[in-house]
Amino acid sequence: MSPPPALRHALPVAIWLLGLVLAGVVVARARYSADLSAFLPRAPSPMQQLLVQQLRDGPASRLILIGIDGQDAAVRARASHALARALRQRGAFSVVANGEADASERDRRFAFVHRYQLSAAVTPARFSVEGLRAAITATMDLMASPAGLLAQSLFRTDPTGETLQVIDQLGSGARPRMLGGVWSSRDGQRALLLAQTRASGADTDAQQRAVQLVRSTFDRICAPGALTLRLSGPGVFAVQARSSIERAALRLSVLSTALIVTLLLIVYRSVPVLLFGLLPVASGALAGVAAVALGFGVVHGITLGFGITLIGESVDYPIYLFVQSRGREYHDVLWPTIGLGALTSICGFASLLPSAFPGLAQLGLYSVTGLVIAAAVTRWVLPRLLPARLAVIDLASLGSAARRALSHLHLPVALACALALVCALVLYQHRHRLWTHDLAALSPVPASSLRLDAQMRAGLGAPDVSNLVMVSAGSEQAALRWAEAAGRALDTLVDSHVIGGYDSPARYLPSQATQAARLGSLPDEASLRARLAAATSGLNIAPGAFEPFLSQVSAARQDGPITRASLRGTSLALALDALLWHQNGQWRALLPLHAASGAAGNIDAASVRAALASLPSAHVVMLNVKQQSDALYAGYLAAALRLSLLGLAAIVLLLAIALRRSLRVLRVIAPLLLAVLVVTAVLALVGVELTILHLIGMLLTVAVGSNYALFFDRSAAQGDLAGLPRTLASLMVANASTVLGFTVLAFSSVPVLSALGMMVAPGTLLALLFAALLAPRSLFAAPAPAPATAGAA
Amino acid sequence: MRRSRNAMTCLRKRTGAWVTAACLVLSLSPAFAAAAPGASAPCGLDQVMALLSQQRHAEAAFDERQYLAVLTRPLVSSGILIYDAPAYLEQRTLHPRRQTMVLDHGTLTLQVGRHRRSVSLAQYPQLAPLIDSMRATLAGDRAALERHFTLQFHGDPGHWQLRLKPRAPQLAARIRDIQIDGARAQITAVRVRQRDGDHSVLLIRPRR
Repeated sequence: MSPPPALRHALPVAIWLLGLVLAGVVVARARYSADLSAFLPRAPSPMQQLLVQQLRDGPASRLILIGIDGQDAAVRARASHALARALRQRGAFSVVANGEADASERDRRFAFVHRYQLSAAVTPARFSVEGLRAAITATMDLMASPAGLLAQSLFRTDPTGETLQVIDQLGSGARPRMLGGVWSSRDGQRALLLAQTRASGADTDAQQRAVQLVRSTFDRICAPGALTLRLSGPGVFAVQARSSIERAALRLSVLSTALIVTLLLIVYRSVPVLLFGLLPVASGALAGVAAVALGFGVVHGITLGFGITLIGESVDYPIYLFVQSRGREYHDVLWPTIGLGALTSICGFASLLPSAFPGLAQLGLYSVTGLVIAAAVTRWVLPRLLPARLAVIDLASLGSAARRALSHLHLPVALACALALVCALVLYQHRHRLWTHDLAALSPVPASSLRLDAQMRAGLGAPDVSNLVMVSAGSEQAALRWAEAAGRALDTLVDSHVIGGYDSPARYLPSQATQAARLGSLPDEASLRARLAAATSGLNIAPGAFEPFLSQVSAARQDGPITRASLRGTSLALALDALLWHQNGQWRALLPLHAASGAAGNIDAASVRAALASLPSAHVVMLNVKQQSDALYAGYLAAALRLSLLGLAAIVLLLAIALRRSLRVLRVIAPLLLAVLVVTAVLALVGVELTILHLIGMLLTVAVGSNYALFFDRSAAQGDLAGLPRTLASLMVANASTVLGFTVLAFSSVPVLSALGMMVAPGTLLALLFAALLAPRSLFAAPAPAPATAGAA
Repeated sequence: MRRSRNAMTCLRKRTGAWVTAACLVLSLSPAFAAAAPGASAPCGLDQVMALLSQQRHAEAAFDERQYLAVLTRPLVSSGILIYDAPAYLEQRTLHPRRQTMVLDHGTLTLQVGRHRRSVSLAQYPQLAPLIDSMRATLAGDRAALERHFTLQFHGDPGHWQLRLKPRAPQLAARIRDIQIDGARAQITAVRVRQRDGDHSVLLIRPRR
């Protein structure tokens, strides 16, 4: 009934080969990406999701902030003019602004032409006799002022001063400093420009082209070396992060593979053995990528680059096999230990799976799949492929040396407890600074870039978005109407000095209802003429002075409302884009709040919420971004902590089931916990603030280190003193390969990965050391009959 | 304030004497003497510019009348002027309504009641030279004046008249000329004539 022995022998190999082919097909057809979003958290609440999304592909993400440093202000201003002119000729940008007078002239023209749609002062009362008289008197006062020339030139067409009203409304935000006719930083050392790409901020390829276009244009128009170009903005960050991730992924995977291969060559001294040894890892890696491609639809560059490092542990399996095994022994003795070790590791890596960072979840899936396949290949395929006589160098001498060294060394339990206590004390002392509370700590964007960005933003007078009112609605018009309603509530706060002011998209583009109401409050020509006559009696206005005003008001009455398209070509379009956009079927409007002067930048959130209380929270919400992102981070940390504890519990449970005795479980777990404690304490002492990734690193340390402790446990349980040198040698090689891989990771420029590396590399080294030092001393005594050697040594 | 003005007058006298002496020496030299009729004006202008540029701080009262075609009677206003060399000029209108204009390093700030407007002159290239002309004159900044205007100088340092004609067509289309009268380092009147016939007279007298 049972299949013939030859078939039974060949079946696992055939399944393996078929699996390789299938995985190969999946891998070849998979999509790969290297953008930054994998290491931006997946946000849990819709509101937080909005913040992350706005960062990713909202209109603000299409902005490129350009700075020109060096030389003097005049040279920088000329470069700014030339760069802006050259970039405007290219289709890649919808707006390029640098503060030049031409652009401001266009904005003023827009304000003038559409003054009756835009001016908040246009009400029926404004065009009553009293209203007209008050407005005209105010304009005449302005005309008498030394700067009254603009008011004078508009007096005949716009005696009620709506154009100036609109200019005031639109220009309420902080403006950049002007130097040499162009925008400059506050300190006057840098010319500033703002460019908005046509392409979405999420389209990193297009952003990269835009960034390159800016660079090449700058190089063409400016003498090399004289001026320095500085770029910032979400798109620039995405491009930078992608290239640094790509570089890191390639460099680190090549480096760690080379290091591990070199190590194994040194150990095996045989290319065939090396190739056999790499088979499980290679199969695991292929299966891992295939699993990620199937599970996530897209494979991140990081997963390709670092996954191999994470399953570096599986290089250990054939090491144990080659170095320790003696034929049949492998199946009966070694396999349960390897299997249990692999299972504990899988428990550890599985805790990455539900991670809020898609990149980490990918690594989790990759590692779990990779380890299962590598272990299975080592267990069922590799022994069937190995030639009958495989020349494996005997590492027993290395192991014996280690054994002799260990027989000198001993870590008494009391001392271990003391060490643990000291570390615990250090951690207790640092408990307030132990964890970072800043989401930015996980950002792949370097702190220096973020500083540059903050400087340029401040210089450009970009709204501070730490406090804002967010409006959501089903249509653009509804969003604008709610923004206007919120604005009315905020006006009362401005009047009572609770807040200093606010921006609103409705200032640039009033809702059609509001525009219609404004146009509707313009009287017909005959009534306006009569009211004007009454309003200006005694004001010394020359007869017929207001004929242009009369005809323009009648013309405005025929105008329709302005739309988003009307703003095209003005710098107001930029401002509107940043404050009003459409995403996932929802329209969003942002109203950034400015703190009242004297409030040290603080905003009384409770008062703002109270003022907005009458508006439905489904449409209008106040957000404190810093508070939100802190809450976001605290949520991630709590989730990670929960997952890590679950992973630890799973590992302990697994060990308890396999080992059955609590003392043995304790012996396996104690060195791992001690290793984690020591590394964490040292990191705290040198001032590294721990992030979620350090926490995950701790779990990985426990997962990987458990393999080592298990081998000591096996040797002790079986009293296998003769086999110990080989066990020691294989553990050392296995540990060296893991430490190498994670050390490479520790030097990555991606904070998420360096955090993992700096925890796991020293952690696993210490785990092996502590496991050896805490193992029963009898284990390292020289095998009989030479007790004298051990005593003398 | 009184002490600083005394010190300033003293400084002005000394520099004035030095400049006059220098002009005398120059006009005696043969080359200069040959060009004497045309050269006397620039020399007087330079003298006045030198006098003006010595002035670090000044305060004065002003009365302004603006004759506009749209109004049947002139707009009248008065107040004080404060100047701090070289880039700060404040015109504080006290009548008929309090309002303040401050020109500080190219930024023009206008305060009317609680309302404050701030613009950069660079964004109004057509009007900027006009608004900046009084400051540039007070600062003795001949180069800045000549960038935007052709200059005609009459009189002597004791009683001079400087006529500015806009160079840029955009400004020339609006402004016919600006005439600044002065005595030594003191500006006594600024007259602006617009193309459309509107004009204004700003009379300045030392504050008592």
